[in-house]
Amino acid sequence: MDNEIKEKYHIHISSKRKWFELNLKEVWQYRDLIVLFTKRNFVLTYKQTILGPAWIFLNPFISSIIYTIVFGGIAGMSTEGVPKILFYLCSNAIWLYFSTIITKNAATFTQNANVFGKVYFPRLTIPVSNVLSAMVQFLVQMSMVLVFLVYYVIKGEVTPNWWAFLLIPGILVHLGVMGLGFGIIISSLTTKYRDLAILVTFGVQLWMYATPIVYPLTQIENGFLKTVIMINPVTAPVEAFRFAVLGQGSIHMGFIVLSCIITISVALLGIMIFNRVEKNFMDTV
Amino acid sequence: MNKNEEIAIQLNGVKKRYKLGQIGGGTLQGDLQSWWARLRGKEDPNTKIEQGQRLVGKTFMALNGVDLTIYKGEAIGIIGGNGAGKSTMLKLLSRVTAPTEGSIEIYGRIASMLEVGTGFNGEMTGRENVYMNGAILGMTKAEIDAKMDKIIEFSEVGDFIDTPVKRYSSGMYVKLAFSVAAHLDSEIMIMDEVLAVGDMAFQQKCLNKMSDAATKEGKTVLYVSHNMNTIRQLCTRCVVLEKGKVIFEGDVEEAISIYLGGCSNVKKIYNCRDIAREAICDGLIHINSIELLDVENSVIYDNQRLKINVNYDALEEFSNLAFRIIVFSSQAVPIGMAASDAVIKTYKGENQVTLSFDFSQLAAGNYNGRVVFYEVNQYGGEVIHDVVHQAFYFVKEKRDSTNDTTFVWKVRAWGNISFPDVEVLS
Repeated sequence: MDNEIKEKYHIHISSKRKWFELNLKEVWQYRDLIVLFTKRNFVLTYKQTILGPAWIFLNPFISSIIYTIVFGGIAGMSTEGVPKILFYLCSNAIWLYFSTIITKNAATFTQNANVFGKVYFPRLTIPVSNVLSAMVQFLVQMSMVLVFLVYYVIKGEVTPNWWAFLLIPGILVHLGVMGLGFGIIISSLTTKYRDLAILVTFGVQLWMYATPIVYPLTQIENGFLKTVIMINPVTAPVEAFRFAVLGQGSIHMGFIVLSCIITISVALLGIMIFNRVEKNFMDTV
Repeated sequence: MNKNEEIAIQLNGVKKRYKLGQIGGGTLQGDLQSWWARLRGKEDPNTKIEQGQRLVGKTFMALNGVDLTIYKGEAIGIIGGNGAGKSTMLKLLSRVTAPTEGSIEIYGRIASMLEVGTGFNGEMTGRENVYMNGAILGMTKAEIDAKMDKIIEFSEVGDFIDTPVKRYSSGMYVKLAFSVAAHLDSEIMIMDEVLAVGDMAFQQKCLNKMSDAATKEGKTVLYVSHNMNTIRQLCTRCVVLEKGKVIFEGDVEEAISIYLGGCSNVKKIYNCRDIAREAICDGLIHINSIELLDVENSVIYDNQRLKINVNYDALEEFSNLAFRIIVFSSQAVPIGMAASDAVIKTYKGENQVTLSFDFSQLAAGNYNGRVVFYEVNQYGGEVIHDVVHQAFYFVKEKRDSTNDTTFVWKVRAWGNISFPDVEVLS
């Protein structure tokens, strides 16, 4: 063995743990694996289905129609003059992006226990690939949103802030990192306390109602409720997204900064816990 | 092997502790308490572990202070009974879990196969799985592309490569998985009995591939198996683990005989009193000791009969007791059986019987005997009174008639029976 190789691949394992170890370099070395995981997420979801990838469209489309009927029709909620179906499609796309990341990542350890127990690879590749596949899913859904958008723009019913489309990549990264952070915290804790796995589905649903997804923010009167919704770190990016696409809603700089601070702290905390858990989780899972 | 050579793996006082019983879902308070204690660097109030003891309170030391150095290019066999800590050691080396104490230095990339087909997904085709598996094991897509043809060829799955692996037979599955691992660009290979499923021809192919890896490519191979023949074939050095500790490291044959209860412990009198008995024994007879008569160092030559004195206690009187011996090779393979007639007279209390066996057809080698006292009842069924495994050890040696002292019995090729000489008729 050349000394070069020897040094290059030297691994030191000890019982001592570092509190923070990101090891992004290693994750980068395994980038092909991330791509494969991302691909697999799609391939496996739609294997043995008749409609196949069409489900990526159908899923949010059907729930948007339901929202249009229930919230727009029966409850008679206003969407601030934006065509209802477009409003819900758009909100749904961004929320589905965020919630997919959380729920998928929350199952990182429990679902991959088999593989994790047999071979080492940077565990962070799984959450990262989950974010990437959610991103692809979002882009596909966005294409559907755009079809509706163009139709209504031609009809003159919406006026998007086209310049703000440039913010969308930033919003995606922001929500992606936040979802990743929350997801891996939950997944790290579920290795020991399975209760959280059950709580996730329920919690994510609750979270959606605490975020202006099925209603525009302007519908909420100032007060305690509005404060809670504004502090919710998902609100600001969602509002910014709708501001761009629908020309409705607003960008609150203060809350965006707050949301960023929360995102960064959650991501750091998440990686910290994740690092500690990944070393020994096989003994407890 | 030159000990000054480069080190591939070094373990320093490695310990691994497991908690017994249910993990998690316990008390959150207990967890917080432990966590707080750890944080301040104090002793965990919920786990008290003393030095050197293996099982204390609710924890268990799967590895209890292992020091081991493995050099580059070695093919190391790791043997030991179930629960000796073999798999835990491999898990630590392949970084699936971290040690509780101690440190490990690894120089080189590791390809670990603790189980075949890690990450294989039934829905995906063989080819897709090769990519997936390869990437999990640390290869890049370009590397896998470059080796795809070799992998497919080695795996012998041929045209099935584009079929979902859920339609594969278990043998094909293993073959494909092994092929991926075998073609990794790694410096260290870790294998945990992965060959168990493939057919004989493929097992042989894998062993050859692995020993090639060690001897020609200078890779380091760590191999865990209960199959002593494959250990013997592949390994250049052997480590015997027992109760979480290394009890022997060195020569392969010696290690195997230590693991199998070996021959290093030849004695004249074997005490069987305290050996645990199986449930099938009714306990009416209990063998206390076995003495080998007329032999030195337990060696019998050529046609010499083996005579033993068996001392045993009986709870009842017997008139038709029978004795049987099953001879095992040091590889724990049964070689043959010899039985006495049901004529051993036995009184209540302590008894002694002298027996003589004809082992003239036994080839040279190390053997051990399993002894059985039994009775045939009126229905023709057997009543087992006492069984002692590895009750005594003996060595058979052959003096060559032509005085050619270099004549060696090739156990692996010829087996353990030496039939009488062939008569040349015309």
